[in-house]
Amino acid sequence: MKKWNRKDLLGLEDLSGEEIRLILDTAYSFKEVLKRPIKKVPSLRGKTVANLFFEPSTRTRASFELAAKRLSADTMNITAQESSLSKGEILKDMARNIEAMKVDVLVMRHPASGSCSLLAKALQSAVVNAGDGSHEHPTQALLDLLTIEERKKRIEGLRVSIIGDILHSRVARSGIWGLTKLGAEVTVCGPKTLLPIEVEKMGVRVTSRLEEAIEGADVLNLLRIQLERQNSSFFPTVREYAQFFCVTPERLQKAKKELLILHPGPINRGIEIAPEVADGPYSVILDQVSNGIAVRMAILFLVSQISQTGVKDVLKTSH
Amino acid sequence: MSSKLLIKGGRILDPANRRDDSGDLLIEKGKIAQVGGRLSANGAEVVQAEGLWVVPGLIDMHVHFRQPGREDKETILTGSRAAVKGGFTSVLPMANTHPVADNRGAIEFILAEAKRAGLVNIFPVGAVTQGLQGECLSEIGELALAGCIALSDDGKPIRNTKLMRHALEYASMFSLPIIAHEEDPYLFEEGVMHEGHASTVLGLKGIPAICESIMVARDLELLKLTGGRLHFAHISTARSLELIREAKKKGLAVSCETAPHYLVLTDEALSAFDANFKMNPPLRGEADQKALTEALKDGVVDCIASDHAPHTSQEKETELDTAAFGIIGLESSLGICLTYLVHKNILKPSELVARMSWMPAKVLGLRKGTLSVGADADVTLINPEKKWTLRSEELESRSRNSPFIGWEFKGRAEMTLVGGHVMMKDGKVGRD
Repeated sequence: MKKWNRKDLLGLEDLSGEEIRLILDTAYSFKEVLKRPIKKVPSLRGKTVANLFFEPSTRTRASFELAAKRLSADTMNITAQESSLSKGEILKDMARNIEAMKVDVLVMRHPASGSCSLLAKALQSAVVNAGDGSHEHPTQALLDLLTIEERKKRIEGLRVSIIGDILHSRVARSGIWGLTKLGAEVTVCGPKTLLPIEVEKMGVRVTSRLEEAIEGADVLNLLRIQLERQNSSFFPTVREYAQFFCVTPERLQKAKKELLILHPGPINRGIEIAPEVADGPYSVILDQVSNGIAVRMAILFLVSQISQTGVKDVLKTSH
Repeated sequence: MSSKLLIKGGRILDPANRRDDSGDLLIEKGKIAQVGGRLSANGAEVVQAEGLWVVPGLIDMHVHFRQPGREDKETILTGSRAAVKGGFTSVLPMANTHPVADNRGAIEFILAEAKRAGLVNIFPVGAVTQGLQGECLSEIGELALAGCIALSDDGKPIRNTKLMRHALEYASMFSLPIIAHEEDPYLFEEGVMHEGHASTVLGLKGIPAICESIMVARDLELLKLTGGRLHFAHISTARSLELIREAKKKGLAVSCETAPHYLVLTDEALSAFDANFKMNPPLRGEADQKALTEALKDGVVDCIASDHAPHTSQEKETELDTAAFGIIGLESSLGICLTYLVHKNILKPSELVARMSWMPAKVLGLRKGTLSVGADADVTLINPEKKWTLRSEELESRSRNSPFIGWEFKGRAEMTLVGGHVMMKDGKVGRD
């Protein structure tokens, strides 16, 4: 098996298909741990994982925290409200302070694209990107891949449509890299104002017609629409957005029978996804949440570089 | 130093007089006394210049010296030192200081500091509008009396079209050119880098090319109406150049500059999220870069100016969204141009000297940029073959925000003379 040799996980753009495969395979092993009565392994015992969140987040932060705890790491949460950044401290200084407390892994979410790269360069600790601006959200894309592969038994050749605010979406960008590297065909769909320029050069098909994105698709990944976008001329009103882009049971009539619907959450019911669809048979939204923990365990494990033994060996010692 | 200096055996490049031959140059009492052929020393101090170019002192018509207000980034003294180190004998600091250089007092302060530094000719640019607010005209007549030779709100566009019309009309009474920083504020919004495939991949807010050209188009329309003199600062896009080319054909009194970084870097450089590649206008795409190179060759781009913009490290070593725009350029400008324009056969030596000295002088109505007999003895000696590396610890500027640190260049200034005085020799700055 290919060895992991990266200090950080900053995004999927830089990863090879093989590295993504390694993460997913590692995550499958941890999924098995999560089915045990005692859902904990000692892999990261004595290590410290700090969650640095500069944007509100419930599920991603909880998911990382739980993942770290399931690996027996000590965890620490720092949120923007408590942080001293508001006192004018620059990000790098703050991170260096945290590193000086002998933190092994820093998990960061930050509103500025590239902020994780900035930290990774400045620190010896591992840095895991939990979402940086509109740039990348690699663990979300990885858990999406895991969820799709579990159900479809493959990624290669699948047709996946990512629908919504592509322009501002880090989930879309990481998704595009991850899916295309593993051989899926990706379509992005949204109002023209929310499709970034030259996005087709990322190797995706582009449309503003929802029917085109649904027809023939194996998977839909619906993005959360941020309600404040209507105030800056991206679209007239949320009402009109829903009229043209909400995935409803009627619009799914022409969809494949085995369609999967993903959503990174939190969902806006009735805006990008109709309630019946969110709760319906196509939806794998809750699988995504469960898989998020396994994927994040895999990432924390890999970047922590637990000796050079493979994950299987470590799991054995936990029995 | 004696009051006579003989520069012997260099290659004299004086585009104003179409001179490009080897010979001697005699300086007497701060002026060019004799040029060309073999001259005898007659008691003059002799500078051997074999293998060197002897050119009219370089003029950087676009710098930011930050004094008054942000002396932690640069002062008139440190900026002057950086200028002569880079081979420049005249510079035009922009008006966006704190307080803004929009009144006689501020201009007189800058001139007094310049005199105290005593290294380089400083021609302060006055603000077009009071406080750079874009609302009321500065006292432009007073600024002219105080010694301003150009006006600019650089750093900010003039968004009010009527005000821009009046500025062009009013400034023309004093024969002052307006140097326009072209940017549509709505298209710019909170942009960080050029809008293109790179910004899409990086998830950074884009500044579209049209953000510049739409304002270039507007101001060319205004110029047709008002007359006056218009100079476009730091042009970065192909479409702007097309518009300017057309306007020049029609005989409008328009000129423009670009900066060295637009010629050697593109938006792809932002992929490391290093804020030393963040400037405004932003690094553009390859097609824009090509168009700029072409326009430099055919003369649509009149001048090369560095847009020297010093910032502290804490303003640069930060997220791209919050980092300051701009890079320092005085000490890299000539090296970049020699390496990537002259040695790559894009510009002939005399063409480069024109873009960096004679043309800026012409645009500004300065009696400089030439080695004519009787002209001020502002002279730069350039070793075009000298290989060197730009090192952080060797910079004279107070700031270190350059993406070119660590780059190797071919060609640099060996000596800078201002008014007949040696201000820099072999990289060492100081009045003789």
